[in-house]
Amino acid sequence: MRPTAARLLNILVPVKRTIDYAVKIRVNPDQKGVDLNVKHSMNPFDEIAVEEAVRLREKLKDAVKSIKVVTIGPPKSVETLRTALAMGADSGVHVEIPESAPPPEPLGVAKALRAVIERQKDGVDLVILGKQAIDDDASQTGQMLAGLMNWPQATFASKLVVDTASKEANVTREIDGGLEELKCKLPLVVTTDLRLNEPRYASLPNIMKAKKKPIEKLSPSDLGIDLTPRIETLKVTEPPKRVGGGKVESVDELIAKLKEAGITAVKA
Amino acid sequence: MSVFAAARSALRRQAMRPWTRPGLLQRRSASQYNAELAGLTEAQAEFRNAVTEFAQKEVAPLAAEVDKSNNFPADLWEKMGDMGLLGITVSPDYGGLELGYFNHLLAMEELSRASGSVALSYGAHSNLCVNQIHRWGTAEQKQKYLPDLVSGKKVGSLAMSEPGSGSDVVSMKLKADKVDGGYKLNGNKFWITNGPVASTLVVYAKTEPSKGSKGITAFIIEKGYAGFSTHQKLDKFGMRGSDTCELVFEDCFVPAENVLGEVNKGAAVLMSGLDLERLVLSGGPLGLMQAAFDYAVEYVHDRKQFGQPVGTFQLMQGKIADMYTSLNASRSYVYAVARACDAGHVSRRDCAGAILYSTDKSIEVAMEAMQCLGGNGYINDYPVARILRDSRLYAVGAGTQEIRRMLIGREFNVQFQQQNS
Repeated sequence: MRPTAARLLNILVPVKRTIDYAVKIRVNPDQKGVDLNVKHSMNPFDEIAVEEAVRLREKLKDAVKSIKVVTIGPPKSVETLRTALAMGADSGVHVEIPESAPPPEPLGVAKALRAVIERQKDGVDLVILGKQAIDDDASQTGQMLAGLMNWPQATFASKLVVDTASKEANVTREIDGGLEELKCKLPLVVTTDLRLNEPRYASLPNIMKAKKKPIEKLSPSDLGIDLTPRIETLKVTEPPKRVGGGKVESVDELIAKLKEAGITAVKA
Repeated sequence: MSVFAAARSALRRQAMRPWTRPGLLQRRSASQYNAELAGLTEAQAEFRNAVTEFAQKEVAPLAAEVDKSNNFPADLWEKMGDMGLLGITVSPDYGGLELGYFNHLLAMEELSRASGSVALSYGAHSNLCVNQIHRWGTAEQKQKYLPDLVSGKKVGSLAMSEPGSGSDVVSMKLKADKVDGGYKLNGNKFWITNGPVASTLVVYAKTEPSKGSKGITAFIIEKGYAGFSTHQKLDKFGMRGSDTCELVFEDCFVPAENVLGEVNKGAAVLMSGLDLERLVLSGGPLGLMQAAFDYAVEYVHDRKQFGQPVGTFQLMQGKIADMYTSLNASRSYVYAVARACDAGHVSRRDCAGAILYSTDKSIEVAMEAMQCLGGNGYINDYPVARILRDSRLYAVGAGTQEIRRMLIGREFNVQFQQQNS
């Protein structure tokens, strides 16, 4: 991978086509999966990623040389790329897999992304992707990609500030205890969290302009990767129905009930 | 009175689950609209999805307040302009998308699904005003007026009806007298959508009253012209927030270069505009019907009585079936007419038929949807009452059902008269 020109950012935003978040999920009778014959759209965290890339360009102007979006999925996934192009990305890459193929797993996706990055003549300085997809909630792809590339990673970002002169980024991360600030060197993998930004919807003129933006089509064999699943899904069920709680009258009763439920005191 | 109040609050406590309470419905609504059945191409579906997202995010949350306050949200025009909604059929030279009437119809339908009032004002601006200027304007007129109308910086309107001339539009009395450099207008227009806020108005007046339909001229009026004023907003049964008022012309001077089309040839401008107006506005009833159906069908599966969802009782199943089939039959006809228009076959009887049929059905469906909600349908906290009030407008707005029926019958009379002669 050739080093990128100083001060110019090439941003890659992987996006995933998932079941639309407003759809009510139904488990299939065979308990192997969910009903996929429903409305799909871009993973909401990926929308945030695309938005962040577009905002970086609005802020840094010509310092952002390119925003490329990539998806690994069946033919219909190209719709997701078009949406991203309409939001402001410059070009897209569609790693197409057959309609009947099993959905790719995070490790497979990370390997595909590595291969895509290595194909980029101008290199990639920043990969921004959603922290997780709302279908598998794996939260693995970004981290695996950073590992494979041996790049730093800043996950669950709620704020991203890039300094092209020093080729560094300040990332604020949401962690259990509060907010953590990291200073990272580029090239870098960032995964987005909900509060990073509020994505714009694509305007009609931009949607029409997006039709003219180029999309490169590749197959997994073009990239030299194998997307065969390594994990077998044994069973898919709905979460158990919520059981009503109970009210207690005193602290002693509370402690008694907790003991009944098998919860013991923590040893200091 | 107290018994009713107690029963009502009991109904409210039982029925007010978060998602059924309008205003709390912040998430994107899962509509029952079926794009495959509608026969949309991929491009049309993509277009529609984009408009849907905009409408659900920017318009739907405001619908109840727009209705309650009878006020149009001021910043919505520029938002719609930025979205590209205001110049769908307009050339890119003026900032438009140069798409067909089908796309315009889809936009009208989705906006109407979010808010009937907003869609009506949108239709008056983007089709009645903008499309007429686009079709009949000179290069100078288009360059002068279209860019601001398409961007949403200025609001457009169209005025043909008068207090004494509704269906009999050709009997209009607004007089345009030839004077040095232009014309002087005297008279009134009534029921004018966007009248209170419009900066650019297409106005029809009689340049030669003795010549009847052959004495009408279309003009482009600017809000700032001396002698032009508006009376206060009308207090309407439905479509509240779609600002409507009376226009007053008192020796209002209009420069000669603002004649739209040719002098005394305004009837052609008016009549041909009406066909396309009927087609695009057919999206209004379609959207209202979809909104009513979506709400009702979800409600009847959530509301339980006698241990089961009320939607599983046969009479309610019947209602669901009737609403669903009426909605889809209306949509099929309207879409078919739209495709024909885009292919260059604008048929007067079918444009009239499209809005005639969909209007009747939308009032029926909205009424039935209200019934599906039971007592809650009667409470203004729920959107269906507003949808019903809004749907009623199309029976008299953009023409009456009676005129549409007469037109279609007359078209056949003329056809047979010509065949038999």
